[in-house]
Amino acid sequence: MQACMSNIEANELVKRYADFTAVKGISFNVRQGEIFGLLGPNGAGKTSIINMLIGLARIDGGEVHCGGLTYTQQVDGRVQTLMGVVPDESNLYDEMTGLDNLVFCGALYSMAKPARIQRAQELIRLVGLTDHEDRLFRSYSRGMKRKLTIAAALMHRPNILFLDETTTGLDVASAREIRSLIQDLNAAGTTVFLTTHYIEEAEQLCHRVAFLVGGRIVRTGTVTDLLRFDGGRTVVQLALNQNAAQAARALTAAIPDTEVEVLDETTVRVYGGERMNLIPYLTVLERFDQQVFEAKVLKPSLEDVFLQETGLTTAAMRSTNGGGRRST
Amino acid sequence: MTKLIPFFSILYKDMRNYYLKPPNISWGIVFPVAWTLMFFVRSESPVDLQQLLPGVVALSILFGTTSMLAVTITFERRSRSFERLLLAPFSVHYLMLAKTSGAILFGVLNALVPVILACLFSGLELLEIRWGVLVPAVVLISISSTFLGLMIAVSVREVFEAQTFSNFFRFPMVFLCGLFIPVQQLPVLLRPLSYMLPLTYGVDALRTATHGVGMLPVAASFTILIAFCAVLFAISIRNVSRNWVY
Repeated sequence: MQACMSNIEANELVKRYADFTAVKGISFNVRQGEIFGLLGPNGAGKTSIINMLIGLARIDGGEVHCGGLTYTQQVDGRVQTLMGVVPDESNLYDEMTGLDNLVFCGALYSMAKPARIQRAQELIRLVGLTDHEDRLFRSYSRGMKRKLTIAAALMHRPNILFLDETTTGLDVASAREIRSLIQDLNAAGTTVFLTTHYIEEAEQLCHRVAFLVGGRIVRTGTVTDLLRFDGGRTVVQLALNQNAAQAARALTAAIPDTEVEVLDETTVRVYGGERMNLIPYLTVLERFDQQVFEAKVLKPSLEDVFLQETGLTTAAMRSTNGGGRRST
Repeated sequence: MTKLIPFFSILYKDMRNYYLKPPNISWGIVFPVAWTLMFFVRSESPVDLQQLLPGVVALSILFGTTSMLAVTITFERRSRSFERLLLAPFSVHYLMLAKTSGAILFGVLNALVPVILACLFSGLELLEIRWGVLVPAVVLISISSTFLGLMIAVSVREVFEAQTFSNFFRFPMVFLCGLFIPVQQLPVLLRPLSYMLPLTYGVDALRTATHGVGMLPVAASFTILIAFCAVLFAISIRNVSRNWVY
């Protein structure tokens, strides 16, 4: 029953703003206990999707199944008790203290006073704001505000936590703390649905990721599956002592089905099968008096996969973190 | 009983965050006092002041409630904290009733100030007042003015827009609703406008409470005021559902 209640299934969701269609009939499902990420550049439709799921935007087409209920236009109040929402901007009350904000949020879900005070204190401890609970929210730093906003979303013990661009605009340390908090919450059983335009964040946090571009999902899968976008090929980069072009010709001639790319005068990239035996390559190179100084196995990053799948350029994803293949 | 927890929490939060802040308390007292003194200075006898009491009471409520609501709702929407309320598991009707309850109370308290001043300075006897009419009239004026403020607040995006838009309704009401010039003495062409404004009926009921005579029977004024409340609330809810849930 619990498993059923936490799942979200969206079918053919559509969102229109006047003549502009922001979400163009997308479908996906979020499984119990997973962290599901919606990854896309700004303007891809991420916030529109999250707003339709939580009830801040009307659904113009399609339907959502959540908590055993189906809604086609407006979210049901019973579903809202299952959801905790952390918006892209902290939206608690500036003129209230951190503790009072949480207690008030608990009251919105009809929690009795002793229970909501206890829960608020428990969450203040969880997010590490015990020393600041009596300070006004307006005096908090951006990172502290975001942590308290997450705590506010957890007051009524939701099954599903929606996080919209949660680490956007935070410094590195705060963003890391928030990611760690999200992982801890998920480990404790909370299903997490997050939107982000930080590729590294999605790669680090999510069990499954959907790539969203122009209001359409272009690919969904586990991070591991998505990283096998080259059909499971292995890429090895070799640093040679001389004439990379000649080495490439020798390798292509000697080893069938080998693809070699010359990067510069002394570097080549060799593309092989899923499990690549390097000995034949090294033997051929030795025969041609090549010395191999370094061999790096390159794994694709999620950014590579994202850019390949979406056809976007790195410039279009300028605001994202990291990039390129990672070497091991 | 637990269903009332969100209602009273929102009311308590609004009272604490907005209505009971020193500037607003002083606004709630100074504004009615200023209206009363203004007319006290102009009046030639205490009797005049008694004549003006219904108008001053109605004005105090109208300006108090609409000003406050323009701030609390528009400001919270601007800061996005209103989204938190929209995400909570209760209906928009429930939410709006909770959000307006503070302003209604504020309006009722505003109304007390000129009544107390009139008793102190104009020789108005408390026993002369028909409390059975005055109290429901004050409450209904507070509710209708608050819902007017709500309708204005949910139709705009900025606090200054709400204040400007409020004046579009408030200032004509000062002249058209029989506050200081009886509706019967207005030019014939303006009278239909008077009958289209809720405050006309509120002032008439107040006049019955303080002087024993009104243009309409009290029951009729109350019924019309209740109808205005229902219409204004329905328009506000429709605007919130249409414009705030995108």
